[in-house]
Amino acid sequence: MSFLDVLYFIIPSAIFYAAPLIMTAIGGVFTERSGVVNIGLEGIMIIGAFISVIFNLTFADKLAGWAPWLGLVVAMVVGAIFSLLLAVAAISFRADQTVTGVALNMLGLALAVFSVKMIYDKGQTDSISERFGRYDVPVLGDIPVIGRMFFHDLHMTSVLAIAVAFLAWFVIYKTPFGLRLRAVGEHPVAADTMGVNVTKMRYIAVMISGALGGIGGAIYAQAIAGNFSALTISGQGFMAIAAMIFGKWHPLGALGAALFFGLAQSLSIAGASIPYVKDIPEVILLILPYVLTILALAGFIGKANAPKASGKPYIKGKR
Amino acid sequence: MSQRMVNILVPVVSVILGLIVGAIVMLVSGFNPVAGYSALWNGIFGDTYNIGETVRTITPYIFSGLAVAFAFRTGMFNIGVEGQLIMGWLAAAYVGQAFEMPTGLHAVVAILAAAVAGGIWAFIPGLLKAKLQVHEVIVTIMMNYIALHTANAAISAISDGGEKTDKIYPSASLASEWLSSMTQFSRLHWGFVVAILAVIIMWILLEKTTLGYELKSVGFNKNASEYAGMNVSRNIILAMVISGMFAGVGGAMEALGTFGNMMKMTAATGIGFDGIAVALLGANQPFGVLLGAILFGALKNGGLNMPNEAGIPTEIVSIVIALIIFFVASGYLIRLGLEKFGKKNKDTQKIKEGK
Repeated sequence: MSFLDVLYFIIPSAIFYAAPLIMTAIGGVFTERSGVVNIGLEGIMIIGAFISVIFNLTFADKLAGWAPWLGLVVAMVVGAIFSLLLAVAAISFRADQTVTGVALNMLGLALAVFSVKMIYDKGQTDSISERFGRYDVPVLGDIPVIGRMFFHDLHMTSVLAIAVAFLAWFVIYKTPFGLRLRAVGEHPVAADTMGVNVTKMRYIAVMISGALGGIGGAIYAQAIAGNFSALTISGQGFMAIAAMIFGKWHPLGALGAALFFGLAQSLSIAGASIPYVKDIPEVILLILPYVLTILALAGFIGKANAPKASGKPYIKGKR
Repeated sequence: MSQRMVNILVPVVSVILGLIVGAIVMLVSGFNPVAGYSALWNGIFGDTYNIGETVRTITPYIFSGLAVAFAFRTGMFNIGVEGQLIMGWLAAAYVGQAFEMPTGLHAVVAILAAAVAGGIWAFIPGLLKAKLQVHEVIVTIMMNYIALHTANAAISAISDGGEKTDKIYPSASLASEWLSSMTQFSRLHWGFVVAILAVIIMWILLEKTTLGYELKSVGFNKNASEYAGMNVSRNIILAMVISGMFAGVGGAMEALGTFGNMMKMTAATGIGFDGIAVALLGANQPFGVLLGAILFGALKNGGLNMPNEAGIPTEIVSIVIALIIFFVASGYLIRLGLEKFGKKNKDTQKIKEGK
């Protein structure tokens, strides 16, 4: 295999694996920017993956090619509702955000597997028949080299994920809403004094993360896994959190980090057939995203600073 | 109502609320909650086999709960118990099958190896926190996944590409024929004695030693501790390492007691995450953790009986546990409720007394 062939093979696959990570990591950027730590993204992804697969299996006959897309929408809505548990506990009831997030992860997995066992009488669902398809982009796909690398066999979900990342950048940095969001996460007292409704902003941010996390799970289930079981989502949510931190709480940084982690993931799966890469022990590629995140946090790869008020409940009138 | 009373009531109310919502979930899903909970009860206390297995399940929960609680008491949040437990499991399984030693000593050495492995795994986040002010939550989560994949690779290497390590030598085993035959051949082993010892050790360490006082003090107020002449960064690292050692020994219980080896895993064991629930319910007190572990271990083991006896998926138990965490974490709400309730009682009392 020539070097170019390797690139033709590995780049589309990296983008493919990155899509769910991008979505979920962007969700993480929204909550953390508003000052709420969302460890529960894993659980939210599980719920999204679960509900989209159930929806897809139930309505595949009637909806045909539209089934995965509507599954995505359903996952988005259900993810947002599920994340309300975190919002209510962490924002209104002043619960510890990390503890609540851990509970969310447990609850997501338990609810999903409980329901699957109840509906199908077994631990995993059947495989879905309607998956996300791939497309060759006209015109752009004809560009030599680059066309084949980036615009052949492209999943629309990947395009959507990248578009969402840019949209998130615009919303967070170029709109009044984004300014308020960041203010609430950095200095809620000051924001409150200026008339920003801290509680409302945080609720919105958590629900956005729930919606995006749900979509992330749905993409993973309907494009990569193809069914749902207890092991469908195992660690992708945490990897998305890692991508968010490695991307320094910036939407485009998170996008880049998620793409890079997607590359590591696809290399660990397809690496055995690629020269050079097959000589690297698989474990190195598997732990690479996590090791890099720790190094980034430690400041070896640029200092990563969390939003100042992140993790602290806001209690009016308390300094 | 006194503060102490409220502190005890919050977990109790949370458990009751968790069980009630669990019953509602069963009802909504078309199951009979009474049948479900009686199946749960039988799964815990039904016969001596179930009791033996319940005690076996409780054992690692005590350790993971102690690990989380110890970190909490010293001002840190150790979500990395999962990874430290995996490394301890690996170390104990390796020492148990690679060396030959006299009976008893072998088990002690394997447990110490597990403690060291767990401690090393926790040393990294501790060091980063102490020296570079990196928040330990994210680092410990990342360390969990590094542990999972590293352990899988190590198992491969130890067993020449196999899926699990060889069985440990009987000299390192905590299993006991006597305990097993007494409980209809359950996997009950001597680990629960080690666990109770660990509870006592943590209590003595925190309440009766200078070291424990310093660790708590640094967790409570870093600046004041430094002003008082304590070495803050040394104490932070030490707190994390000790927490990791508890977790590591928890892994040794699985290696030397329950399974006698270690197999490759696709996902975390869950014992470490449940440890957060255990610590929270036990209010981070050593003996509270013991009670929390008994409750959650019993729920987990009893839940295994629910599909057979009542046709209810065992995950309902995890739902209940997650709900209990929600309620304990949202203690503010319960406190508010209890206070209102307490006030009302006082008011009515005053009226009755004619004041």
